[in-house]
Amino acid sequence: MDFTAIAFGVLSTVLLGAALLVITARNPVHAVLFLILSFFSGAGLFVLLGAEFLAMLLIVVYVGAVAVLFLFVVMMLDVDFASLRTGYVQYLPLGLVISAVLLIEMVGVSGVVATRGASAAQTAAPVSDVSNIERIGQVLYTDYAYLFQGAGLVLTVAMIGALVLTLRHRPGVKRQNIAVQTARTVKSGLKIVQVKTGEGISE
Amino acid sequence: MSVGLAPYLTVAAVLFTLGVLGIFINRRNVIVILMSIELILLAVNINLVAFSAFLHDVTGQVFAMFVLTVAAAEAAVGLAILVTFFRNRGDIAVDHANMMKG
Repeated sequence: MDFTAIAFGVLSTVLLGAALLVITARNPVHAVLFLILSFFSGAGLFVLLGAEFLAMLLIVVYVGAVAVLFLFVVMMLDVDFASLRTGYVQYLPLGLVISAVLLIEMVGVSGVVATRGASAAQTAAPVSDVSNIERIGQVLYTDYAYLFQGAGLVLTVAMIGALVLTLRHRPGVKRQNIAVQTARTVKSGLKIVQVKTGEGISE
Repeated sequence: MSVGLAPYLTVAAVLFTLGVLGIFINRRNVIVILMSIELILLAVNINLVAFSAFLHDVTGQVFAMFVLTVAAAEAAVGLAILVTFFRNRGDIAVDHANMMKG
């Protein structure tokens, strides 16, 4: 029982426990916090596998950006989360059956792959003098350069899409228009009306 | 390295199943559904990184990075749609969402 096995046991237990609490928590703020915990544990598993760069990326992108985005949305929207829990029992049996079938299938396949596949005889994290991030960079910017550009494109489209979706023009809001303000002259801003006595002005 | 490939794949399989179960039991709450999708994608990433480590091929980690990118974009757009939906409907119950049904 070495340190790696103990760390794997602890991290995977925390990961699965936190994931279970994400889907069963009554308060969605708690669910987001458990999601952060599960991503931290997942990052720990990545470190055990020797993928340090991806582990740090997971913490920066998920904990730093995605989870905070979730937290903002959960806290900003005034939603009655208690009413959303109705129908919980209705779908539970079907969900459990399908999940059980899925789990048995996937564990069976992964058992076969892990014992008979090409990766079965290998060991993880070979000793190498090149760091993990350097190896990723050597592949990412050469073989997958176009895919890398495509990923940037996906992020740009997502950013524009999110902005377009949430932008709204409220009618009746007065905004400062500096061009109109500075172009204003006495002639355009002031109107002299000759009023007849006793009649007043009607626009 | 005492932990083999099979434990990692099993953990990823259980995590994936929990994500699918989360979609089933929270059918009305779209925020938890989005979080379940994030869990599923994390399970996929664990699989990719585990195979990458045990096959000594860094390509799996590159693809995990792309999955991460798409997951972040998906979360951003999904939450933007959620905010717009909440503005129009006043709640986020999605089991009877049929506003776009013509």
